[in-house]
Amino acid sequence: MLTLAAQITLVLATQQQNASILSAITGPVIAMGSIGLLLGLGLAFAAKKFAVQKDPRVEAILEVLPSANCGGCGYPGCAAFAIAVVEGNTSVSGCTAASSVVNAAIAKIMGTVAEEKEKMVATILCNGGKSAVDAFNYSGPSSCVSISMVMGGQKACTYGCLGSGDCIDVCPFDAMTMGDNGIPLIDSDKCVACGKCVDVCPRNIITLWPVSRKVVIACSSKDKGGVARKACSVACIGCRKCAKVCPADAVIIDGFLARINPDKCINCGLCASECPTGAIIDGIPVRPKAFIDTTCIGCTLCTRVCPTDAIEGSLKEKHTVIADKCIGCGQCVEKCPKKSIKMMGGVLSQQ
Amino acid sequence: MINSMLMWVIVAAPDGGEPSFSIAKMMAIIVSAIFINNYVLSRFLGICPFLGVSKQLDSAVGMGAAVVFVMVLATLGSWLVYHNVLVPNGMEYLRTITFIIIIASLVQLVEMILQKFSPALYDALGIFLPLITTNCAILGVAVLNIDDKYSLGYSLINSVAAGIGFTLALVLMAGLRERMETANVPEALKGLPLAFLIAGAMSIAFLGFAGLGG
Repeated sequence: MLTLAAQITLVLATQQQNASILSAITGPVIAMGSIGLLLGLGLAFAAKKFAVQKDPRVEAILEVLPSANCGGCGYPGCAAFAIAVVEGNTSVSGCTAASSVVNAAIAKIMGTVAEEKEKMVATILCNGGKSAVDAFNYSGPSSCVSISMVMGGQKACTYGCLGSGDCIDVCPFDAMTMGDNGIPLIDSDKCVACGKCVDVCPRNIITLWPVSRKVVIACSSKDKGGVARKACSVACIGCRKCAKVCPADAVIIDGFLARINPDKCINCGLCASECPTGAIIDGIPVRPKAFIDTTCIGCTLCTRVCPTDAIEGSLKEKHTVIADKCIGCGQCVEKCPKKSIKMMGGVLSQQ
Repeated sequence: MINSMLMWVIVAAPDGGEPSFSIAKMMAIIVSAIFINNYVLSRFLGICPFLGVSKQLDSAVGMGAAVVFVMVLATLGSWLVYHNVLVPNGMEYLRTITFIIIIASLVQLVEMILQKFSPALYDALGIFLPLITTNCAILGVAVLNIDDKYSLGYSLINSVAAGIGFTLALVLMAGLRERMETANVPEALKGLPLAFLIAGAMSIAFLGFAGLGG
């Protein structure tokens, strides 16, 4: 009798407990569920109501872009560039990091044709490094910007590379490494000419240079010859020898500094061999030699164009190249009407 | 009509008690939220954006503005829901999860509206808005307003002041970190380690304000 009563109370108690647990669960579940549903419906409604019409081409372009967000195009990131392309504010091939394939894909999305343009590579117009004399000992933060703030930098030359590699740090494509000479090296395959290093360099000695132009005057010193030479053994002293020897009139002397006009340069490398200080870097270390085959008709066009008089032979007879004199500039190849001249041997270097 | 609504917003007491409002309490809330109990440096809320977006002064100001904006909205939404939905049903314990979904959806809604009607403001706050959706400082303000039994008016004042305090901490930090960029720092301390040390030193400095409260 007593046990039965106890059992009944127990059953009643558990039932009551079950009911209270049930209501304790259902209450908040319903509350949370309805709040969530309400907010979700509200958001769904708002998404329809406040939908902003987006051009699908923006997404499509964004998809094919390199997504490096390097800023080389002049816009803050790839998304801004994609919008600018769709709105017609920039060229379809405005992305510096894009290959020609990517440019063609963007042009296809926009329904136009991409214009071909020469690939550019960042180039440092200084080869001082360890050849440049220090004016004082600098000990401080190792950043070119900091160094340049202290009395114009520790180098005696106030134009040259400071060698702390701010450009290396800022390069988003890992295209730069510090060379043994204390001047950063640039991998022309990785470089996309985004121009970040150009902006960050406190000396303004990095420039974007056409990749096909292999001869570079690697000095930015505007000092007079003597001063420049004292500060750095590979400085341009403004002697004008390069300008005189250049067959294409591509060298311009600005004060005491020679500059190559990349549009005119023919890669002949004469200036580099003539430069008394070695300020001009010839990117083609082993140049090819010209050879004339039997189809030569002896028109003498090549002898006239050769800057070193390395071709001999009289009119209407097969000409020959004097190998010692040939500098492999390739001008005769371009001039030859019979395509009888070939360049042989030679190595094209990175830079 | 508007006047009486405004009065209700400012003085409505959460517990249905006597509506009250005093300038002294308002000032106390403002000084407390900005200096004494600065949400970043004293309560250690919102440390993620404090360290993440404090590298540049410009973005620090943008982030601060976005936080003030969202804090006010989050406070408004969460206070109204808490006192009108949760309290009458005896579900105060659902506060945290409810506030999280309210804040998250509110920010998304605001983002949509901004994008539609004020693209300029959207571009300015743009990337910061989704970033602070679930920032703990925002949730912290909403929760602490309830804990401190503030009326809606006081809550809003508190949220604005908390946002200003956050912006202050962020801007101070960004200024210091911009200076540190060119300083000669040991290699091992460069970047985030130094930022942590600065944050600690700033926090100790803000401890000095504790005397203000009396």
